[in-house]
Amino acid sequence: MRTSVEIRSAPHIKRPRSVEQIMRNVVLSLLPVCTFFVYQYGISAAALILVVTGACLLSERLFVRLGGQAGDLSDYSATITGVLLGLTLPPGFPLWMGLVAGFAAIALGKALFGGIGFNVFNPALVGRAFVQAAFPAAIATYTPSFLPGRFMEFIPSSLAWPLMAPADNTAWLKGMPLDAWTGATPLAKWKFEGTLTAVGDLLTSLSGHLAVGPSPALILLCGAYLALRRFMDWRIPTAVLGSAGLTAWLIYAIGGAKYPDPFFTLFSGGLILGAVYMATDMATSPVTPRGMWLYGILIGVLTVMIRYYGGLPEGVMYAILIANATTPLIEQITQPTPFGKGASLRAGRAASYTLHPDYISREEAAAKTSKKRFFKNKPKKP
Amino acid sequence: MKDLSQAKNFDEFLEGIWRQNPVFVMVLGMCPALAVTVSAVNALAMGFATTFVLVCSCLLVSLMRKLVPKEVRIATYIVIIATFVTVVDYIIQAVSLELYEALGAFIQLIVVNCIILGRAEAHASKHPPLTAITNALGMGIGFTIGLFALGGVREILGAGKFFGVSLFGANFQPWVVMVLPPGGFFVLGAWLLLFAVIRRRKEVRLSTSGGGHVA
Repeated sequence: MRTSVEIRSAPHIKRPRSVEQIMRNVVLSLLPVCTFFVYQYGISAAALILVVTGACLLSERLFVRLGGQAGDLSDYSATITGVLLGLTLPPGFPLWMGLVAGFAAIALGKALFGGIGFNVFNPALVGRAFVQAAFPAAIATYTPSFLPGRFMEFIPSSLAWPLMAPADNTAWLKGMPLDAWTGATPLAKWKFEGTLTAVGDLLTSLSGHLAVGPSPALILLCGAYLALRRFMDWRIPTAVLGSAGLTAWLIYAIGGAKYPDPFFTLFSGGLILGAVYMATDMATSPVTPRGMWLYGILIGVLTVMIRYYGGLPEGVMYAILIANATTPLIEQITQPTPFGKGASLRAGRAASYTLHPDYISREEAAAKTSKKRFFKNKPKKP
Repeated sequence: MKDLSQAKNFDEFLEGIWRQNPVFVMVLGMCPALAVTVSAVNALAMGFATTFVLVCSCLLVSLMRKLVPKEVRIATYIVIIATFVTVVDYIIQAVSLELYEALGAFIQLIVVNCIILGRAEAHASKHPPLTAITNALGMGIGFTIGLFALGGVREILGAGKFFGVSLFGANFQPWVVMVLPPGGFFVLGAWLLLFAVIRRRKEVRLSTSGGGHVA
C-alpha cells in the first residue's frame, strides 16, 4: 500500500484563504439572521436592509473609482457593512436616512482611511454613530415585532420623503389589534421605566411583540458556524460576553435589585450581535491572542458601564468604537515573544545584543554606550 | 509700468481669495471657522468682522513698519489688532445684540486669529500700505467666502433654512449633527476634499498637456 505523505516544515496551511472567501462566508452566515429580522418586522425591515446595503455598495464603487483604492465590490466587505448596519437600525427607520447611514459608513468609516483593511473603526458602527448623532429621535423609535399585516404594509415612518421628518407611528399602532404594545426596547424599558423583560423571551425574540433585534440564540448559532470554520476568532466574542456577564454579575451582587440580572444584560440590546459580528471585524480588532482577550474585555466592561451609568440605554456601539481606537496600542503591548527570544527579552536592557549597525536607531548608534563595542563591522568614515 | 504694478496688485488681491485661501488652502483660523459657522448669517458677520480688523491692522502695521523695533513687533501688532477688535466688538453690540450673543466670545478671540497676526508679520510689515491692504482685503474676503461655504451648508442641513428662510417647509428633518461641532469638521472635510480633487485634476491636466507639447 502506498500512502502519499508529504513532509514539510510549518506552517501547515491547507489552502490559502482569500479575503473574498472569508467575507462570503460571513455574508452567508448573516442570511439566517436577516431572514429572521424580516420575519419579525416584515417588508419594512427587508426594504431597510436592501436600501442600506445598496447605499454601501454604491458608495464603495464611487470611492474605489475616485480614490483608486484597493478593493472591489466582489470582496463582499461593503455587503457585510450594509447588512450589519441594516440589522442595527430600528426596522421603521426612514429609508432615506438608511441611505445617509450607508453612505456615511463607507465614506467616513472606510474610504477616509484608504479602503478595505485600512479602516480604524468598524464602518457599520461609524455609519450608525453618524445617524445617531444626526437623527437621534428617529433612531430611538422602535416598533413592536410580529405585527399583523407586516408583510403587506410598510411601517409609516419608513416611507418618509427624503429630507423630511418621518411620520409618527403612534396613531398607526393604535389601530393594531394588540393587547399591549410599546415602542420601547427592553433596555429602554429597564432604563426609563424600571421593568425587566424575561430572559427566555429575549433569547428567542419570539414571544410577544418585543421591540428587539434578531434572536440572540440564532446569532450565537451563526457565530458558532463562523468560529468553527475559523472565519472568526472565538476569543473576542468569548471575552466580550464573559467580561460583560461578569461585570454585570458583580454589580448585581453588590448593588442588588437596582440593576438587572446579568442574563438580561447579556441578551438585551445589540450586545450579542456586536460581540459576534462587529467586534470581530478583522481590520479593526487586534491580531495577537492576548490582545484579543484584552480588547474583548474592554468592550464588555465599557458596554455595561455605559448602559448602567450613562445617559443612553445602549452602549455596545460606543464601546466597540472606543475599543477599535485602542487596537493599535493593545497590539503593541501584547506582542508575543518569538520562540527562542524569551531569555534575551526578559533580560531587557541588561542583555547584550550583537546588532548590526543597520538595525539600531540613530540615537543608539550615536550614543557613547558600552553597546558600541559589539559593532564588529562598524562602517568606516570615508 | 503702471499696468504691471496694477496686475501685481490684482494678483495680491486674488491670492487670498483663491490661491492662498485662509480656510481651504492654508487651513488657518479654524477656531472661528468651526465654532461660529452654524448659520450663513453668523458666518458672514464673523467674516466681515475679521476682514475689517485684518485690513485696518495691516494698514497700520504697514505704516509703522519702519518705526517698530524688531524685538517688540509681535506685542505691537497684538496691541494694534486688539484695538480694532474692540472697535468691532462695540459695533456689533450696537448693531445687533442677537448676533453679538450668537457669536459670543469668538468676536474677542479675533485678537488671536492667526490669519491676522500671520498677515501682519509675513506681509504687512514688509510691504507698502497699498499692497498691504490689497492683500489683506483679499485674505479677508477669502476667509469670509470660506466661512460662508461652511455656514451655508450647515444651516441648510442643520436647520433646513438659508439666511433664516425655510427651504423645505415645516416638515423638514434637521440633521442635528450639523449644528454640533462634529458637523463643522464634516463639512470642512468635505470642502477640503472637493478642492483637493479639483487641484489634483488640474495638476494631471497640466502635466499631460505639458507632455504633449514636448512630444
